[in-house]
Amino acid sequence: MSGFQFLQLSATIALGLLIFAFVLIIIRIVRGPSLPDRVLALEMLVSTGIAYIAVIAIKTSFFLYLDVAISLGLVGFLATVAFARYVLQRGSQRQEQKNSRQISPGKELEQ
Amino acid sequence: MIEEIAFYIGGILLLIGALFTVIAAIGILRFPDLYTRMHAASKTGTMGAGLSFVAIAVVAFDGPVILRALVGFIFLILTAPVGAHLLARAACLAGYKPSELTEINEYEKTLK
Repeated sequence: MSGFQFLQLSATIALGLLIFAFVLIIIRIVRGPSLPDRVLALEMLVSTGIAYIAVIAIKTSFFLYLDVAISLGLVGFLATVAFARYVLQRGSQRQEQKNSRQISPGKELEQ
Repeated sequence: MIEEIAFYIGGILLLIGALFTVIAAIGILRFPDLYTRMHAASKTGTMGAGLSFVAIAVVAFDGPVILRALVGFIFLILTAPVGAHLLARAACLAGYKPSELTEINEYEKTLK
């Protein structure tokens, strides 16, 4: 087997493994008990997407896909930062509501 | 000759990267709470995507492509811990408790 054939074969296997990883992460996004779990799984989904695009860049030897992967990483990082701010704000609002009413509204709903 | 060796190394790097990503996905599915899942996502997941970038840098015999691949790798390694720490801190301050299996929680003292 020549080097190029080995590269093509391993790229195909890597694509299959990455699709398996996509499925597992999507199960976590659907099941995820709380909001930060889902945010974390989305971040991981972006990371898996970057790996997928990189493998496709190698498989087609069209290296312009690399720029797409880098921009996707940038967008994913900014989305994580924004979601972290949102989780923080939402949590502190919820605590203020709890303190002012002295009851815990919808405790089974929030988790 | 050197191209053949580079292709073999690139293929092996691709396989290792994909395996890392699958392990991270299994960790995200199996670990008990957010703070342990974060280990799988931020360390193993970043390494999976990063090794794919390194594979591109090995396979492509082109200066700008190699440079961009390495810059992307460094960017991933720099941003993943920052994002994970931000999310963990926000979740902790928002009151999401770690699982019952966690024995040491030193941040709890800072919160009170």
